[in-house]
Amino acid sequence: MERKFNIWRGSAEKGEFKTYSIKLERGMVVLDAIHRIQAEHSNDLAVRWNCKAGKCGSCSMEINGRPKLSCMTRMNEFAEDDSITIQPLKTFPIIKDLVTDVSWNYKQNKMIPPFKPRVKKNGEDHVMYQQDVERIQEFRKCIECYLCQDVCHVLRDQDKKERFVGPRFMVRLASLEMHPLDRGDRIPKIKNEFGSGMCNITRCCTDVCPEHIQITDNGIIPLKERVVDRFYDPIMWIYNKLFGIDTK
Amino acid sequence: MKNEQAMGANEVGLFQTHRSDTWWLEPFLTGLGFLSFVIYTTWAMFQGDYYWFSAGHEGFGGYLSPFYSPLLFIEESAAGSAPLLHAWFGSWPEWMPNLIPVTPAILILAGPLSFRLTCYYYRKFYYRSYFLSPPACAVTGVPQKNYKGETALLVVQNLHRFTLYIAIGFVAVLSYDAFLSFFRNGKIGVGVGSIILLLNPIFLAGYTFGCHAFRHLSGGRHDCFTCPKGKEKVRFKIWQSVSWLNGRHMFWAWISMVWVALTDIYVRLVSRGIWTDFSTWGN
Repeated sequence: MERKFNIWRGSAEKGEFKTYSIKLERGMVVLDAIHRIQAEHSNDLAVRWNCKAGKCGSCSMEINGRPKLSCMTRMNEFAEDDSITIQPLKTFPIIKDLVTDVSWNYKQNKMIPPFKPRVKKNGEDHVMYQQDVERIQEFRKCIECYLCQDVCHVLRDQDKKERFVGPRFMVRLASLEMHPLDRGDRIPKIKNEFGSGMCNITRCCTDVCPEHIQITDNGIIPLKERVVDRFYDPIMWIYNKLFGIDTK
Repeated sequence: MKNEQAMGANEVGLFQTHRSDTWWLEPFLTGLGFLSFVIYTTWAMFQGDYYWFSAGHEGFGGYLSPFYSPLLFIEESAAGSAPLLHAWFGSWPEWMPNLIPVTPAILILAGPLSFRLTCYYYRKFYYRSYFLSPPACAVTGVPQKNYKGETALLVVQNLHRFTLYIAIGFVAVLSYDAFLSFFRNGKIGVGVGSIILLLNPIFLAGYTFGCHAFRHLSGGRHDCFTCPKGKEKVRFKIWQSVSWLNGRHMFWAWISMVWVALTDIYVRLVSRGIWTDFSTWGN
């Protein structure tokens, strides 16, 4: 069975969609098809990939307009007469063909204050119980494919990279902020520097996450609520003062 | 990074996408659904009549439309209005400005509406459906020169938890109305309307107590559920239950919204005599 692929070829300056026809076999994923195109038609086609098992997060691209991992997108998801359009992540600068420069993300990561462990008191051990582990464990599933960063319209369409770190790093911030043994206080930075208010909760990040992390419900919204605790809720402020609750 | 995006592979402008699925269907249907609700609610609010049914009896019990509850003031001359004893503060006051239409619903509907408008689920769909920001995932939305998200005018969304407190009050009031619906002229019984009015606060409670702000306040704001002694606290169980509801927030949001409108329609129909309320009290 022959199938048509429209693949973006070019650099940040110029490029175009080129059409390739290849024969598909049962069980193929989009990345297999790209490799076949490389082998049979265009061995200079640039594509970033590594594990081919949905765990390294390298092969992120946009397939028929949807941000996806090409190694986890099976060809039988598409109708037999569909032509497949493949393009690089829109949010980041193109290096070549399907490869984009995602280094902006690494810079955001470096801005996040690291884990700051609680000081041990009287021989107290740093034990964590399952109930507390589970909540932050979800965030550790992130494979840094940056599909959420790509689909986030604040970064993608509004191009507000200087004001919002994006969903991936909101999740990382949530994993640190909700950590029972962490003593760091990142809430002012989450509001002012990392831009929690820029997110308008349209949940596309959650929709595209290949690890099914509930980015919005479990990561971003709880952080937004913690910002409300600190900056917009005088009742909470008084309650915390009255009952001596330490907000870090 | 500005202007260095991979724009070459993407056209610029509203609704630009390479998505080949019916991405417009969900924002269209949800937008249409909510708009229909708003239009019906506005119409029902301005009617000011036929919001009460007790088959002509004056005693304890009856069906009250949720759009008119709590009844702060009553205009007794309106057709299908509740007996004066159901009003919290009596007759429609003379000091009320003429600008305000004589309908009890107009005094209270801003409460539940503010809860829905600041709700995290509703924000998702109305930003998509009405503000096209964005209309769907990976579909270009309305171009904005200086997008500010919820940091400028929309910083008001941070008041969601205060609207939650109002919504909890409404759940309590509507629960009392459900209790009231099992009585007619002081006699206990059950009618189709009683079941409808009973389901209303149940659905609203599912929506209200599964709210993200409630999830945060009920336990989510703490980093540790077992500290300091390694024992699970009650708040962990509460947080888990709220999280269960929260995972189905969209379902509760829609069912509670549709049901509250259906309840009003039912009370309006039986109050007008268009529909017969089958009940143990006889018709």
